[in-house]
Amino acid sequence: MSPSEAEKTNQPVTVLACPISLDYAYSAGQSASRFLRAIAEGKLLGQRCPVDGRVYFPSRGACPMHGVTFGDDAVELSDKGTIVTFSIVRVPSQNIALPLPYITVNVLLDGADTILIHVLDAKLEDVHMGMRVQAVWKPKEEWTTSTANILYFRPIDEPDAKYESYKEHI
Amino acid sequence: MREVAVVGFTQSPSVRREPDRNEIEILIPVIQALREQTGLSSKDFDFICSGSSDYLAGQSFAFVSGLDAVGAWPPVCESHVEMDGAWALYEAWVKIQMGYADTALVYGFGKPSMGDLPLTMALQLDPYTMMPLWPDAISIAGLQARHCLDAGLLRAEDMAAAAVRDRANAKNNPNAQVKGDFSVQQILAEPFLVNPLRKSDCAPISDGASAIVLAAGDRAKQLSDRPAWIRGIEHICEPMDLGIRDLGRSRSSEIAARKAGVSNDKIDVAELSAPFTHQEILVERALGLSQKTKVNPSGGALAGNPLMAVGLSRIGECATRIWSGEADRAVAHATSGPCLQQNLVCVLEGN
Repeated sequence: MSPSEAEKTNQPVTVLACPISLDYAYSAGQSASRFLRAIAEGKLLGQRCPVDGRVYFPSRGACPMHGVTFGDDAVELSDKGTIVTFSIVRVPSQNIALPLPYITVNVLLDGADTILIHVLDAKLEDVHMGMRVQAVWKPKEEWTTSTANILYFRPIDEPDAKYESYKEHI
Repeated sequence: MREVAVVGFTQSPSVRREPDRNEIEILIPVIQALREQTGLSSKDFDFICSGSSDYLAGQSFAFVSGLDAVGAWPPVCESHVEMDGAWALYEAWVKIQMGYADTALVYGFGKPSMGDLPLTMALQLDPYTMMPLWPDAISIAGLQARHCLDAGLLRAEDMAAAAVRDRANAKNNPNAQVKGDFSVQQILAEPFLVNPLRKSDCAPISDGASAIVLAAGDRAKQLSDRPAWIRGIEHICEPMDLGIRDLGRSRSSEIAARKAGVSNDKIDVAELSAPFTHQEILVERALGLSQKTKVNPSGGALAGNPLMAVGLSRIGECATRIWSGEADRAVAHATSGPCLQQNLVCVLEGN
């Protein structure tokens, strides 16, 4: 019985709710901040590893394979890419306010070596590996420092990418 | 037992607030500098162990991206403790003792400036009776200081003197955050922050990182002209409930010091990680240090307190003084939990 209930009924307190929360002034860091400022202008920034030349997207501070800093070199990427894997979602999620079912996709942006997870606006029966897609952006006046500037991906009229071009990223 | 030594140590400056860099970006140059100092690359480390806290980062599994600073390809053998890096060093030392590794990279990093540190620290209290009250860490330490004062175990002047000593020593430490010439009278004239603690009784809030390389036997001799050999290392934990502990002494430090063999020979240098002046005095007593020991030549935690790295840095600060010949025998201390709940003691020797 909570303190307020206990007072009314003159009964012992048996339950005490003590909600705890912590607030953070989160800093994305230098590399992610650069990425977010660029996406506010409609640009997609990745970074190239100086050891093996792979392009990581979004940009980050250091190469997770080689542990070397990326420095200030940024690589601007196309908003077109290839679907390397996909999944059809039939259960609701609190964070994704899309009507069910919908398609989540792993997109390999042209010029990138890491994949981007997003949603695809297409018929369920059409989605397939190798499908060429492009980002659909919010209206420019709504752009902010957020990946939510990209609403979703949609198929484009290009021949499928060859399996060899994305097999490493499945 | 295998002979294991500290052969490399780097640290970032302790700063009140890193405005731009995230935790990993603070860590990256520290690891890079350690590679340059030791001439080792990431593939030379048989084992990697880190200490950090998701509660400071404000996100779960935040430590995983710490490996970006190391480079985890080909796959590495690594582990993590949600504790100060000094405990990560202990795990690495055990790994080397068991013969699974000859070299190890250990690092700790934290960016407490992102949150409200005294309130974040409340989450390490017992979850049933203490944590729901959400007492901040300075108030909890203040209760301990009040007990020590009322029991006649120490005086406010003793506490202020600890701050004066550490800040004066820190003048020679380019990485220290709080340094300079102060007097006991000056500090006693400060208003209370949380009675009986003044601001100068409390370690600063610091963002920062540090890293150490351990190596065994001949490998250590290859890597250093005068390795800092770990001749004793122990950590002991006291009960969680503050009400059943003697807060006027640090029993766990006493036991750890005995097991690590602190009193077997003279101690030239001691580096203590106590975040409050009264706690520093309690630890100094628990270690049984004599007047001949130079305490906190770097300034200790009271001069720079990068949480999750501050204890590891104490071991590193001792090691650098052994490498240089300034000390033959040193003791480093790290702490975890409220009111010195858990303590680690590490004895380092040059011979």
